[in-house]
Amino acid sequence: MLLRHTPKEISERKALTINPAKTCQPIGAMYAALGIHGCLPHSHGSQGCCAYHRSALTRHYKEPISAATSSFTEGASVFGGQANLMQAFTNIFAVYNPEVIAVHTTCLSETIGDDIPQIRKKAIAEGKIPEGKYVISASTPSYVGSHVTGFSNMVKAMTEVAEPTGKKNGKVNLIPGWVEPCDMEELKRLTKLMGIKTIMFPDTSGVLNAPLTGEYKMFPDGGTTIAELKSTGDSIGTIALGEWCSGDAARQLDKQHKVPCSVLDMPFGLKATDRFIDALRTVAGVSVPEEIMVERGQLVDLISDMHQYFYHKKVALVGDPDQVIAMTEFLVSIDMCPVHIVTGTPGKKFEKRIKEITASMPFEVNVKAKGDFFLLHQWMKNEPVDLLISNTYGKYIARDEDVPFIRWGFPILDRQGHQYFPTVGYKGGLRLLEKILTALLDRKDRDDTEMKFELVL
Amino acid sequence: MTKKVAKPLEPTEIKAKLLAKYPPKVARKRAKQIMINEALENDTPEITANVRTIPGIITMRGCTYAGCKGVIMGPTRDIVNLVHGPIGCSFYAWLTRRNQTDPGPEGPDGENFMTYAFSTDMQDQDIIFGGEKKLAAAIQEAYDLFHPKSIAVFATCPVGLIGDDIHTVSRQMKEKFGDCNVYAFSCEGYKGVSQSAGHHIANNQVFRHIVGENNDPIEGKYKISLLGEYNIGGDGFEIDRIFKKCGITNVATFSGNSTYKQFASAHQADLNAVMCHRSINYVADMMETKFGIPWIKVNFIGAKATAKSLRKIAAYFEDQELIDRVEAVIAEEMPDVEAAAAEVMPHTEGKTAMMFVGGSRAHHYQELFKEMGMRTISAGYEFAHRDDYEGRRVIPTIEIDADSRNIEEIEVSADPTRYNPRKTAEAMQILEEKGLKFKDYAGLAPDMDPGTLVIDDLNQYEAEKLVELMKPDIFCAGIKEKFSIQKLGVPMKQLHSYDSGGPYAGFKGAINFYHEIDRLVSSKVWSYMKAPWQENPQLSASYVWE
Repeated sequence: MLLRHTPKEISERKALTINPAKTCQPIGAMYAALGIHGCLPHSHGSQGCCAYHRSALTRHYKEPISAATSSFTEGASVFGGQANLMQAFTNIFAVYNPEVIAVHTTCLSETIGDDIPQIRKKAIAEGKIPEGKYVISASTPSYVGSHVTGFSNMVKAMTEVAEPTGKKNGKVNLIPGWVEPCDMEELKRLTKLMGIKTIMFPDTSGVLNAPLTGEYKMFPDGGTTIAELKSTGDSIGTIALGEWCSGDAARQLDKQHKVPCSVLDMPFGLKATDRFIDALRTVAGVSVPEEIMVERGQLVDLISDMHQYFYHKKVALVGDPDQVIAMTEFLVSIDMCPVHIVTGTPGKKFEKRIKEITASMPFEVNVKAKGDFFLLHQWMKNEPVDLLISNTYGKYIARDEDVPFIRWGFPILDRQGHQYFPTVGYKGGLRLLEKILTALLDRKDRDDTEMKFELVL
Repeated sequence: MTKKVAKPLEPTEIKAKLLAKYPPKVARKRAKQIMINEALENDTPEITANVRTIPGIITMRGCTYAGCKGVIMGPTRDIVNLVHGPIGCSFYAWLTRRNQTDPGPEGPDGENFMTYAFSTDMQDQDIIFGGEKKLAAAIQEAYDLFHPKSIAVFATCPVGLIGDDIHTVSRQMKEKFGDCNVYAFSCEGYKGVSQSAGHHIANNQVFRHIVGENNDPIEGKYKISLLGEYNIGGDGFEIDRIFKKCGITNVATFSGNSTYKQFASAHQADLNAVMCHRSINYVADMMETKFGIPWIKVNFIGAKATAKSLRKIAAYFEDQELIDRVEAVIAEEMPDVEAAAAEVMPHTEGKTAMMFVGGSRAHHYQELFKEMGMRTISAGYEFAHRDDYEGRRVIPTIEIDADSRNIEEIEVSADPTRYNPRKTAEAMQILEEKGLKFKDYAGLAPDMDPGTLVIDDLNQYEAEKLVELMKPDIFCAGIKEKFSIQKLGVPMKQLHSYDSGGPYAGFKGAINFYHEIDRLVSSKVWSYMKAPWQENPQLSASYVWE
């Protein structure tokens, strides 16, 4: 057994996290910042943070992840990192010349109390930030929240760039949350089909799924431009996908610049996508085109075709709150039973939402925010499931418990394709269904006796 | 019409181009870390190494925690490695280094915590009020759940800043348990200038708290320990296979596929064989002083290097039976290796490579490339010191700066009862005269051709520039560098974690590596960069279908 020390009996743990279902804020801030065109994320801390985040993001997206660091030493940790950051600004603009530097902090610089906005002010005053270039910053202490919190904080920081002109631009701000580059592409396709002009931020499509051409672009063609970010204050409204990832940024634009917002669930599965399309239609005052109706109908058709295999199958699910909420709803909507649900990110609202969504289920749900894979595994030992859905780390549990496994979420370190095949929207729903059915039936084909083995399923 | 062939750039021109874009201060510092190799016997030019990375310059380096927890302690399967800090550091070091492990069947000797990540997941109140209580509670919970023989505690950045006394907490818990060795590593990420400081800190604590703890005799005629081998992709398994075949007993590997008991018994070995000089030479030195175990540098990367290293070990034991056995093993293994080399040679011969990794690998892997007829035109380390480039003879002349001074050097003296010089000074002298060098590493530079570029702490910008200017056929570094190089249309091989391949050590590993490099340099994909209409861009008005 790979996880041979995990006991079935669950004992309460107050201090020890085992096999976390989350990581720290800065990596989320780094991913978000890569969704700004021409942006170099900068980690204000010791260089190990930056190295770890770049490695983890590279392993997941299989793309170059450029990011700089303040390379704190013991001296900087005692006297503060201002000198390091000032030096970094000079070097970054001289050597890499990005349009934007997006600084995020770390537990190190937060503990010593470095004030990035003040350092930025000083840098501007001393002419270290060239004309027309931008520095944005987010406070992302690793000892608060999770990688999702860091993502949210950096997206919120992007709203600082907004410069309303007083004249509406006729566009809808779309905040996609931490989804794959291909999901962002799919969201843009859907809004385009509806004839709605959007400003999507952040937008990692064209950045983290860039083509191989023999030319290396440190700043690829994709990403939300500064001009677009400036214009977000003039938009007619904001649709934010995911309370945890995108809610704060949307409310900030509302508060600062009176851009009204709706915070929706991430559009995974039928119902959440329905609400997304309905919200878009209402905000922009358009009708839903036939193409989208067809896509919806196809998803309903596939649910109907596959229903016999899904009905009352038990699922264990680990991931980030926004994704897991939407996925739980989707599973319930196809009559599957997500019985064990864990997210690493803290937040009581999560447990409440999950309980609401699963209320009609014939089984009691085990749910924990700020839980870990170790606890989920113990739950599975006590009440076995038919399917596990999580990031790559779930594969150890899946193998030990011999449970079909679907990789979904972050990070996926051992399979590819997640950058290219969206799981949002109706079309994304088709892909999720295909993945679920394949996992269940591959297992059936493996386990059936020769007598029961069938050609047609 | 004859095509103009561009004259290859002189090394000095390349160096100048690498530095051209830098602000003057950066250029001055980097100039000292870029050395045009003269490779003269005992007259290697001086390189600056183990100095701070310049803020804002996109470095390949990681931190002290990564060197300590990630590299040295990570691969030991039966120690509960508890990270005291916010969640990230524990998460990123969880199963990401590809250290393979064979724990055997479940049972008292089959403990395996490799698949687990343990963290105190510090929250803001722990930062404000201190995390010692939470740490003690976490150690207790780990003990109650798993009853491990040992728990190691690792400090992350904020722990040092808020002043949690992890050593006292560990000592108290150790005393409380009685049957579990608990100790801590002050390996905060901001210490030192790279992973290297973390190696040193890990070496110190392993030596202080574990080595020598087990005096139950380890049987074996030729007992050695293998230091600085981490079993990435199964390298250590292949080396162990060869040792076994030769009749050599490996008491402890530091630290691939290792156990607590192996470390605890390491003082019983009669020779320490050092693979990765940078990460582990401290333990080798300390074991020599305390227990009288000599150490030699070995290298099992490359079939010829493997043969040479086995012969060195055999020569040390001065036993004809072992010498004959080693020769028989080499004779048995080499035909397959030679056949594989012959198979790939038509594709690899004359091709060029660059490698920028670690504190030894950028040197060791040149052997493998040489065996395929490939030339290394530029190389350097990520976190090495001057001695790794220029050889240990320069150690007395290395200036100790503030960053290095802060890393503890432990005072070691001969063990009152267990110090046992394995060989007399005269016997060592005779072996030295026969060519077996003790406590010696000549470094990377002497093995590289004149005019090649040796570059310390290579960064993103210089890597891209080097590839553009020198056009290597393959580039080797780590995962962070992989895809920017490949976007340029040049294959990139990871030499930290090997992508998904390996083992590359020993004889079978050499065969794997030849095939892997053959695959990379011969892959068709590098020819697909341009679409047909880009290759032949002239427009024609409109074609009439025929």
